Amino acid sequence: MAEKRTPQLDELEKGQWPSFVTEIKKAAVKNEASKELLHLLERSYEEKRGHWKHGGIVGVKGYGGGVIGRYSDLPEEYPNLAAFHTVRVNSPSGWFYNTQSLRTICDIWEKRGSGLMNFHGATGDAILLGTTTDQLQPIFDELSEEGFDLGGSGSDLRSPSCCVGPGRCEHACYDTLEACYNITNEYQDELHRPMWPYKFKFKFSGCANDCTASIARSDCAIIGTWRDSLIIDQEAVKVYVAEGLNIQDVVCDRCPTNALKFNAETQELSVIAEECTRCMHCINRMPKAITPGKERGATILIGGKSTIVQSAFMGWVIVPFMKMEGDFEEFKDLMGRIWEWWDENGKTRERIGETIYRLGMTNFLTAIGLPAVPQMVYRPRANPYVFWPEDEIKK
Amino acid sequence: MAILDQGPLNYKEQLPPIIHENYGKWRYHENPKPGVLKHVSESGAELYSVRVGSPRLVSLDFIREICNLADEYCDGYLRFTARHNVEFLVSDAAKVEPLIAALGERGLPVGGTGASISNIVHTQGWVHCHTPATDASGVVKAVMDDLYEYFVSSKLPAQLKISLACCLNMCGAAHCSDIAIVGVHRTPPRIDHEKIRKGTEIPSLVASCPTGAIRPNPKEKSVVVNDAKCMYCGNCYTMSPGMEIIDPDNDGIAILVGGKVANARTNPMFSRMVIPFLPNNPPRWPEVTDAVRNIVETYAANAHKGEKMGEWIERIGWERFFTLTGIEFNEKLIDDFIFSRETFRTSAAFKY
Repeated sequence: MAEKRTPQLDELEKGQWPSFVTEIKKAAVKNEASKELLHLLERSYEEKRGHWKHGGIVGVKGYGGGVIGRYSDLPEEYPNLAAFHTVRVNSPSGWFYNTQSLRTICDIWEKRGSGLMNFHGATGDAILLGTTTDQLQPIFDELSEEGFDLGGSGSDLRSPSCCVGPGRCEHACYDTLEACYNITNEYQDELHRPMWPYKFKFKFSGCANDCTASIARSDCAIIGTWRDSLIIDQEAVKVYVAEGLNIQDVVCDRCPTNALKFNAETQELSVIAEECTRCMHCINRMPKAITPGKERGATILIGGKSTIVQSAFMGWVIVPFMKMEGDFEEFKDLMGRIWEWWDENGKTRERIGETIYRLGMTNFLTAIGLPAVPQMVYRPRANPYVFWPEDEIKK
Repeated sequence: MAILDQGPLNYKEQLPPIIHENYGKWRYHENPKPGVLKHVSESGAELYSVRVGSPRLVSLDFIREICNLADEYCDGYLRFTARHNVEFLVSDAAKVEPLIAALGERGLPVGGTGASISNIVHTQGWVHCHTPATDASGVVKAVMDDLYEYFVSSKLPAQLKISLACCLNMCGAAHCSDIAIVGVHRTPPRIDHEKIRKGTEIPSLVASCPTGAIRPNPKEKSVVVNDAKCMYCGNCYTMSPGMEIIDPDNDGIAILVGGKVANARTNPMFSRMVIPFLPNNPPRWPEVTDAVRNIVETYAANAHKGEKMGEWIERIGWERFFTLTGIEFNEKLIDDFIFSRETFRTSAAFKY
């Protein structure tokens, strides 16, 4: 292809933030498709519109998901973008890598793809951006030979992801890295072979700071918490006082439930354990003095999703506290019941949050055998439109 | 022949020795300077994490370069964060400053910790998606160049998360961010009956519309759209290539603010729309960068220390937010979808 100018994209090489244009140009030196991508993107900037054709169904043998097919709508002008598919590679828990693993991906991708990648996609996969249909199976063969597997796409279990957890955080209330790894492996079939009404995402966060945004970005959020009292080290509290922290103002007055009391005279901080909602604020402000309690587990929330179709939902509580230990049997047992109900009752392209919303929490809880508890709601209903099952009515 | 169902790499083989030794035994952490975290374990071991901004869309050369740095300074280990930053895991305190210098030489910014603006969670845009109303990488680059000082410092009242989604599928975190930049259309889909007949499951197409604007059209073996009910979400185009909706003259960007996901102090919140439309103006999107900067600076000047964007706005009241930012309020910001009533002011308490 003749050299074309890219004045608009060149402008985006200026400035202090690392430039994606520079990255595409680096890839373009070695790869014709990346070079054409640069020119196609410049054209999109001129015309203010994308140039990718609708949809595209491609994949690898044995799987129903993991590859996003993509075709340019200008194949004559950009022949190397006629097919430009994305391969999702399931990333290790917490996005930890040794450099050997990353180099292995790079070597395979250099040989068989555009050389462009996303580290990472929003769900957590390593995204290999742009290859042709005939390369998909060889890429997968070579990746799998090196111990990698594809991530999810379509109406399946998407690649679970987790926060850094006990790997590097003192707040972690369960082993998010192990839970993510174990549960991803348990449900390989559900991840690779779409069989559900729509997509389903897990995200594992070690505490209520929710560093994976699980409550908003996963159908099932597993958020670490504790059931006893948070632990206060009074000596460390005094050090914070000596360092000038205004504990009354910065910590106690911001406590959402007024559960923290600071005695300015004795410089002692105390908590009313049964009033604490474990929001993490005091721990975040005084990590050297306050730690989560000893009886640790997770709160399970369901239904989080983005806008389409019925507006964005945040996940809501279905299990206030569950131990996340061993082989995670209790969790898996619950998920089995939930998926069976959703698979049976969900409409095509209906996220589980929308299915529960349509059919009612009562039906959902009854079907999966979870007792209704006040922790599931902010407040009880205000309308009196109550459904009564026949067997609770005198005949 | 590929090995099926072997799952991701085992994370245990990807952890540096210092993490293996102190796994689950971290005692506390400090933020000695912007972009650097120091974690101390019960054993007294110290791990330094140096956080570096990444464009997310990267080349092989970028990954190999950070691998070289990780080999030299971090025993060959690194990680990525949930906001697409790179974290170098340094177990030797003496290597922290040399690493930061090496990163500086390569133009890689160290920051994104504490009360900063960290990386922008974003999507594919014109680089690789078929339904976008705007680009992702370009807008992110323009906004981060403009707000660069807030990435490499920690001077805001609290952490401020910005996200971008190139259409209202809102892949990523736009619905739950302090500031969200979202691609929007403003014109109904253009029906191509031939394409619908060929490649569309019509009942699914009809069901895809949030407002019930699409009806079957048996005569054409296609559909009709009631334009008056269409709010241009583009979900019908996701379902069918015969519902082309991209319109370069009318597509653009909406700005939402005040979302959060953490539970600290206040419950998680959705982002709320404050600007319904700004034009696509590549390559620098000046209307968008100006709008975002105005919101950031007004927040920085007015919020209490430790207060997130949404907490600040809820405390002062949304009417006050519009006064302080000078953003025009208009009818497009009043919700008229199915959950709207709870957003109306059912109280006589408000500010003039």
